Amino acid sequence: MILFELIDFDILRVIWWVLLGVLLIGFALTDGFDMGVGALLPFVGRTDVERRVVINTIGPVWEGNQVWFILGGGAIFAAWPPLYAVSFSGFYLAMFAVLAALILRPVGFKYRSKRDSAAWRSGWDWALFVGGAAPALLFGVAVGNVMLGVPFYLTEDLMPMYDGAFYAKFLGLLRPFAILSGVVSLSMLLMHGAAWLTLKTEGPVQMRARTIGTYAGIVAAVAYALAGVWLALGVDGFQIIGEVAPNGPSNPLYSEVERGGSWMAAYSARPWIIIAPIMAFAGIALAVMGLRAGREVSTLLWSKMAITGIISSVGLTMFPFILPSTVNPDSSLTVWDSSSSHQTLFVMLVMAVIFMPLILAYTAWVYKVLWGKVTEDEITGSGHSY
Amino acid sequence: MELDVVELSRLQFAMTAMYHFLFVPLTLGLSVLVAIMETVYVMTNRPVWRQMTKFWGTLFGINFVLGVATGITMEFQFGMNWSYYSHYVGDIFGAPLAIEGLMAFFLEATFVGLFFFGWDKLSKTAHMMVTWLVALGSNFSALWILIANGWMQNPVGAQFNPDSMRMEMTSFFEVVFNEVAQAKFVHTVSAGYVTASVFVLGVSAWYLLKGRHIELARRSIAVAASFGLASALSVVVLGDESGYSASHTQKMKLAAIEGMWETHAAPAPFNLIGFPDREARETHYAVSIPWVMGLIGTRSLTEEIPGINDLVDIAEDKIKRGVIAYDALMTIREQRGNAPSEARFIFEQNSDDLGFAFLLKRYVDDPREATEEQIKQAAADTIPGVAPLFWAFRLMVGLGFSFIAVMAYFAFMASFRGMRFPRWSLWLGVIIIPTPWLAAELGWFVAEFGRQPWTVDGVLPTALSVSHLSVADLLITLAGFVTFYTILFIIEMGLMVKYIRKGPTEDVEETETWMARHEHRLRTHDGKGPFAPEPAE
Repeated sequence: MILFELIDFDILRVIWWVLLGVLLIGFALTDGFDMGVGALLPFVGRTDVERRVVINTIGPVWEGNQVWFILGGGAIFAAWPPLYAVSFSGFYLAMFAVLAALILRPVGFKYRSKRDSAAWRSGWDWALFVGGAAPALLFGVAVGNVMLGVPFYLTEDLMPMYDGAFYAKFLGLLRPFAILSGVVSLSMLLMHGAAWLTLKTEGPVQMRARTIGTYAGIVAAVAYALAGVWLALGVDGFQIIGEVAPNGPSNPLYSEVERGGSWMAAYSARPWIIIAPIMAFAGIALAVMGLRAGREVSTLLWSKMAITGIISSVGLTMFPFILPSTVNPDSSLTVWDSSSSHQTLFVMLVMAVIFMPLILAYTAWVYKVLWGKVTEDEITGSGHSY
Repeated sequence: MELDVVELSRLQFAMTAMYHFLFVPLTLGLSVLVAIMETVYVMTNRPVWRQMTKFWGTLFGINFVLGVATGITMEFQFGMNWSYYSHYVGDIFGAPLAIEGLMAFFLEATFVGLFFFGWDKLSKTAHMMVTWLVALGSNFSALWILIANGWMQNPVGAQFNPDSMRMEMTSFFEVVFNEVAQAKFVHTVSAGYVTASVFVLGVSAWYLLKGRHIELARRSIAVAASFGLASALSVVVLGDESGYSASHTQKMKLAAIEGMWETHAAPAPFNLIGFPDREARETHYAVSIPWVMGLIGTRSLTEEIPGINDLVDIAEDKIKRGVIAYDALMTIREQRGNAPSEARFIFEQNSDDLGFAFLLKRYVDDPREATEEQIKQAAADTIPGVAPLFWAFRLMVGLGFSFIAVMAYFAFMASFRGMRFPRWSLWLGVIIIPTPWLAAELGWFVAEFGRQPWTVDGVLPTALSVSHLSVADLLITLAGFVTFYTILFIIEMGLMVKYIRKGPTEDVEETETWMARHEHRLRTHDGKGPFAPEPAE
């Protein structure tokens, strides 16, 4: 089949790099408010009925939202196999913690209301809290580690290996800059969850969500700014030296990479990418103002813009790096040397072009059907709610 | 068995995958059964069918959520525990997994929320469409996961690329229309339908025994038995198709299942029972039926099915060719783009057997330095565990045929004997509830254990596929999964039992009113009531 040669290899690689970003952003925008709502649950809902209201705002949609995460995993596997191989085995125990938290969450939604006991329900409330807060924090920690570089290297057979101390110990991931990234991620998703609750609830639950969301937004802005300063002053960047081969084979060892300089150099090389942090700060500011004023639809949209800005800024700053290696920079994974083959990228693009619009269309339809506030009366009067 | 990283990774994968597959078959089948029930409701407007849809839908939901939750582990476990595998075949294997997300997971997960929350928000027809989309989504997901798994069994449409040191896709078409994958897909979803049918039939039989929810139970049995009969036939027919495709794609697996050490003159007999002995390379006390194996395996009377010993000899030749490919690969790797075209030519001539050279890595770091003795050992390693395969397969097939018998009996009684099931048959229905799960797990065991020592047949040995992890890492996550999954299982079973005991709670009055009004129409031709009404508990 020669069809795939219609699109050049390097262009496909860039498209799939963008699509990777789209999937991560899609995940953060949809499942992000589920995680935020989970983490807010014990604080915005004081009584059982209030908590049920909170849970029912996301009850019908969390399953679909979570698929962004699964699809993210699948797409990384299909389009960036070395990234899939290196990152999930490298962050082994952290990944396990994320999986455990994410498994708790669906079970919590579904099973909490199936028994009346108060202990049963409060147990699941905490499970939902952990299931929301832990991944929100850990995803940020992971991104922070990616920016710092990860101590992996590839053998000549391209088998990923790790420097012992790092991978074995979950605690090795908790480097200060990475923790700061975790704070950005958690506070940003708390704000997003609060924005969702502002839209979907009313009364005291909404008031509490708006208050916490305001603070979370401020924390997110400060932490994001601090992370930027830290990145400029205290974190080494990476760069490809010598010739870049955008159409070369997917073998990370074929290119030479050097650690040094600053990630922030990207802003002088490609000044237009400044738009990402501007979106981030502006989005947070507008979302915070919206939360204080009690605007509903627009606040959620601004919060989405903030998240899009924050996540895009990470990718755009690091381009073309995807996963830099500290112990053997030549092993670093970049857009040009860690993708799938030309044909696989093309086939997957065709699939994405067919199915993504369908997915967006029916997801929009489902949200439309479910549009409107979740109220206490509705929940207590219906047999189907959680 | 030594607990090294390879064995622990296998154990963890087997455990999490088999656990996941406790929930998947019921999701596959029950989604379709519920959609059928709702369709009857929309067509006839009888409230009892809505009651059935909601009741079985509730049980579907309890089961579905654990299928989703444990599926998360599956999507990421390849990267976590099998990183060399992920690198080596991700170019092919990742694609169906991603397409599964695009085509199937989004569909089922987005609409399953509306299935539960949309009763008051959607029209009857729209809700029915939502239910069908959930069923369609679950079944699509089985399609893509079996395309992925089918490729591990029969790696078509791919080729090794020495520059990127991995397998790369050469034909998406061949990967999708892999005959192994297609047969496996229908076999697996049919098994799911049987599982759900046995479940619905068993729970309904229990209600009839208790004299509860009779209207719901008898209709459910009618649906489950007819759907179950068709599915049970399909499982067996497509299982036969899998056997036929194995006779030319996975000869070693077929010979091991059959406990057939020597090549037999065509048509080969089928060993009904026997005791395979790996040491002696013989199957003791075999009771054989002449011709049957040849007919099933090759669908001819003249084609031979090779025995294990001959296949080991073939593996030895392949290892030698693999070593030649390996040698050329090392030259290419050292000189990268400047490698002599001769090396590339030699590599291409022998690259199909490259994986066989990797079998030697167990004995020697550089396969080129392997002795004749080590090559013989590595060739013998290609024999999977014969006895467990032999018995697991026979038990699975036995169960498969018994499902046909049970479903045929219930379908007959439901259609022609006015649903007057004797009590023993109802008890039988209750008792056999767990058996389809047993059959499904045995099926996976035969498929995956029979593929050993490979993760991808003939391409990548299991021992080479793992991540660079420590035994401690694996023990931590294994202990975590065992604890976590056990708790979830207890909770799930508790809720299932609770909701089955509770029975249908919605639309009860409407159903009774409707029944009272239409009772005269439901009498059978002999003038008796369709089912002696008994007081509800």
